[in-house]
Amino acid sequence: MIKAVMVINTQGKPRLAKFFEYLPLEKQQELIRNVFGVLCSRPENVSNFVEAESIFGPDSRLVYKHFATLYVIFVFDSSENELAMLDLIQVLVETLDRCFKNVCELDIVFNYSKIHTILDDIICGGQVLETRSTEIMRAVEEISKLEAAPNAITLIPKSSSGWLSR
Amino acid sequence: MSGPSLMDSLFQRSLEDIIKGLRQQLIGEQAFISKALEEIRKEIKSTDLSTKSTALLKLSYLSNLHFHDLSFAAFHSLEVLSSPRFSHKKIAYHAISLSFHDSTPVLLLITNHLRKDLNSTNEFEVSLSLQCLSRIANVDLARDLTPEVFALLSSNKLYLRKRAVAVVLRVFEKYPDSVRVCFKRLVENLENSDPQILSAVVGVFSELACKDPRSYLPLAPEFYKILVDSKNNWISIKVLKIFSKLAPLERRLAKRVVEPICDLLRNTGAKSLLFECIRTVVTSLSEYESAVRLAVGKVREFLVDEDPNLKYLGLQALRIVAEKHLWAVSENKEVIIKSLSDADPNIKIESLRLVMAMVSEHNVSEISRVLVNYALKSDPVFCNEILGSILSTCSRNLYEIIVDFDWYVSLLGEMSRIPHCQTGEEIENQLIDIGLRVKDVRPELVRVARDLLIDPALLGNSFLHSVLSAAAWASGEYVEFSRNPLELMEALLQPRTSLLPSSIRTVYIQSAFKVLVFCLHTCFVRGGSIVPSASLNNLPAGVSASVSYESFDEFSVENGADASVVHGQTCASAPITKESIVNLLNLVELALGPLLGSYDVEVQERARNLLGFVDLTKPEVLNSAVQEKDDSEGKGVETSKIIKLMHDAFSKELGPVSLSAQGKVSLPDGLELKENLGDLEMICGDLEPPSSNAFSFGSSYEQKDGLSFSNLQIKEDSEQTNESTSLLAEHRKRHGLYYLPSGKSELVSNDYPPANDPTLQGDIDDNADNLVKITAESLVPKRKSNHGKPRPVVVKLDEVDEKHVAMKKPESRDDSLSGAVRDVLFGCEDAPPTLSQSNLSNKLSSKRKGKEKQHTDPHAESKENVIDDGNSSLRRKDHSHGKERRHRSPRKKNAEERKETNQKEKEKSRRHHGRHKSRQRAEEPLKVSAQTPVIPDFLL
Repeated sequence: MIKAVMVINTQGKPRLAKFFEYLPLEKQQELIRNVFGVLCSRPENVSNFVEAESIFGPDSRLVYKHFATLYVIFVFDSSENELAMLDLIQVLVETLDRCFKNVCELDIVFNYSKIHTILDDIICGGQVLETRSTEIMRAVEEISKLEAAPNAITLIPKSSSGWLSR
Repeated sequence: MSGPSLMDSLFQRSLEDIIKGLRQQLIGEQAFISKALEEIRKEIKSTDLSTKSTALLKLSYLSNLHFHDLSFAAFHSLEVLSSPRFSHKKIAYHAISLSFHDSTPVLLLITNHLRKDLNSTNEFEVSLSLQCLSRIANVDLARDLTPEVFALLSSNKLYLRKRAVAVVLRVFEKYPDSVRVCFKRLVENLENSDPQILSAVVGVFSELACKDPRSYLPLAPEFYKILVDSKNNWISIKVLKIFSKLAPLERRLAKRVVEPICDLLRNTGAKSLLFECIRTVVTSLSEYESAVRLAVGKVREFLVDEDPNLKYLGLQALRIVAEKHLWAVSENKEVIIKSLSDADPNIKIESLRLVMAMVSEHNVSEISRVLVNYALKSDPVFCNEILGSILSTCSRNLYEIIVDFDWYVSLLGEMSRIPHCQTGEEIENQLIDIGLRVKDVRPELVRVARDLLIDPALLGNSFLHSVLSAAAWASGEYVEFSRNPLELMEALLQPRTSLLPSSIRTVYIQSAFKVLVFCLHTCFVRGGSIVPSASLNNLPAGVSASVSYESFDEFSVENGADASVVHGQTCASAPITKESIVNLLNLVELALGPLLGSYDVEVQERARNLLGFVDLTKPEVLNSAVQEKDDSEGKGVETSKIIKLMHDAFSKELGPVSLSAQGKVSLPDGLELKENLGDLEMICGDLEPPSSNAFSFGSSYEQKDGLSFSNLQIKEDSEQTNESTSLLAEHRKRHGLYYLPSGKSELVSNDYPPANDPTLQGDIDDNADNLVKITAESLVPKRKSNHGKPRPVVVKLDEVDEKHVAMKKPESRDDSLSGAVRDVLFGCEDAPPTLSQSNLSNKLSSKRKGKEKQHTDPHAESKENVIDDGNSSLRRKDHSHGKERRHRSPRKKNAEERKETNQKEKEKSRRHHGRHKSRQRAEEPLKVSAQTPVIPDFLL
């Protein structure tokens, strides 16, 4: 399963951090710092894998991709395929690109909730559930619509009538 | 709602404001955040849900990306969760999944919220709560919400169904009994035509199969179908993952899947799937030669690809192959060796491991040579990686692959001189270990040690100190092989030794003592001529003489004060004369005199010992030097005695001792070992002579010397030798590692010719650096056939050198899960036999039925009710499952039972297959496609 997804910028600031198991905040911070420490020292045009067992414990692998000012990082265990995870990074980035039209770091900074929505749509409980950008977009749009709606559909039942009348 | 909260919400800062604000703070970020947190703490108490939720969102953001504690808002998030608005719910669920964990106090309050949302008509609400459950579920949540998840497993909204499938994994893990409820629906989803659902289900099974593959063997037919039919790469990859776990368990299954996997290998265009096929073949189907060949062919494509990722993965795959098919590695050796100088550290290390896999006793020296050259050129990290892997490969299984130990010892010496070398300790251990174990290598060891010792530059490198300590020890211990002990003495006493840490300095002094005793002994007792035993090599004496000149010049430059010694040394390779001995004694006094005031007790004591000895012998030596031996009989005899005594003490052979040697000593009658002797020690403390090892902190070989020496120092009379040897024996018991019990010493026989036979292997190519050619030799299956010389004896001790393999039992937590899965799967599988069997046990079981009901907890019952929706086959399954349980009941013992089963895994599986066989035989006419031995499960 996938253990964590991170987006870190080239200065080491986390832009997105999602851990699929509970980790104390200090631990999260330490992991992000360690990962960045390894990534920033890697030259360009080398393989996208990093030895991760010293950071994340046994049976963990890490792939990352470097886009402009961002590192996108997936940490997972032996039940995932490394190249498939690289593809998944591509899926994530493509989806973000569709969503924000030429995505850049600022989009990710300002759309905290939306990024999480997208990620949640792709991965649930560490399992990859959706890899088609169009489908992800569709779901995300529907969710945004629901969020924007002043009264959710579920309001209509009796309990909320008091609310509506106000 | 009310006025103030409306005001609050009007002037509340949104998340975007916070982010913008943060971006404007270049330095005062922390202050800004703490101000924001202060606001949030106020806002979150608001009664207005919008205000509250916005505050919660801001807090989540600060927690997620700035690591500020969110746990104080746990209850507030539950309040927001109760909001009917979707956007509020979403924020609340997000905060909860970020912060809740098993010990969150309000965790159980969430159950009803989750249940409500799981039953919601809005699929996105359901999805939110599933998402949250997948992250925070604990035993209670998993148990209480199993019915909802079960219902969603067959939801007609695919969006939800696949999420429910993913959540099941966590539910199973936390609450294994849920398997009894949900497993069937999960399996049904394996036949779903929607690739998204299928991908999720197969993913879940691959996770499950990782933990306990055997339980899922009965599902092999379903997986097989998916493997053959699937057009989706994600699904194929996951199915391959499953088969790589299942195939090793069941030969016939492996035979079955080999063809489809090879088809995939040939036809797929996706690299990820291709790699997964390769990995499956090389890990789990490695006995199928043709498949492996095909896979290795594809690996080669990876290796020559420009994409470093593929190259890296290709090398990784090769490393897996190497265990069983070394040919695959050597076929690709050009690429591998080229990769040693790749820019990517991952690739370099992988290729290094592969190169090491090719090492055999025929090519070890050549490969090591090439690698040492690489180490010289590469960065410190990789350099040490190389050195470490050479050391570990060569020392594997007691230097199994080393034939020419002389070569290896000099390699060790060379490696320690590599600038970035940080593997000093390992080199130290190996030098000493080889010295103890391999008799024939000692002359060469002393030579290597000497080269290291006389180089004053090495003393400044702290990484080398441990190597120098080993060198000093070896030169003292095996001084009789030295061509020039006087030169060793100078090296050991050179002024720059002050750079050494005191623990190593003590080794130096002790070794100097041994060398001195040896010189005196040679001079006075044996009559002045050094005859280095074993091998006074046929090297011309001039070589060693000139070397000693050089080294001595360096020495005298630094030690210009003592020019008189120089003259004594000019005839270094000549026999030790009385004159040179006198100079030696002067040198010792000069070098060690200052150390008498050393702050380090150990250094001080050893220096004192040595100087005491010098004081004792010097007058006699001077005397006899003056009187020219003719009338030296009278006093000289006395000196000779002492020298002889010391020499005898030092020339006791040291050898490795089995770790368990102590255990072999039978307990003498009347000896109480268990009793606490602490009090006794206090009483006897004064009686015992203060032996030097009370202060020692060096390694144990020093202690031996220290002890024997101090004893001798105290009782110098020769008649006391017996006592000292008994002390020695006692000491041996205590510091067992480095000794060989005297009974075993016949293992080391001198019948073997010396290792440093000059005739080298003739068949080695001249271009030793051509690793490619070298490695070709590793393939030749010859074994110890045509060495130029036989391998010297390596002392082995059976017990020590055996590997203690600690068998770990699988964890009991997994046991409960796989136990449940097995109950479900095998319960149904066993159904037909048990039905026929039931006639026999009918009465018994019906009697027990009542009891059984009591045993099952009320919850399990309620779930059985859920399932009892008229599905007759299911009911029958449950029924039989109940019986299964009855066979082994009470169920709680299952865990224990399973441990036993695990121990006898093989036996069990044999039985298992036996059962299959008999079943197959019975059904053969009926079942056309008895493709696999396992029973196709639920469709029965």
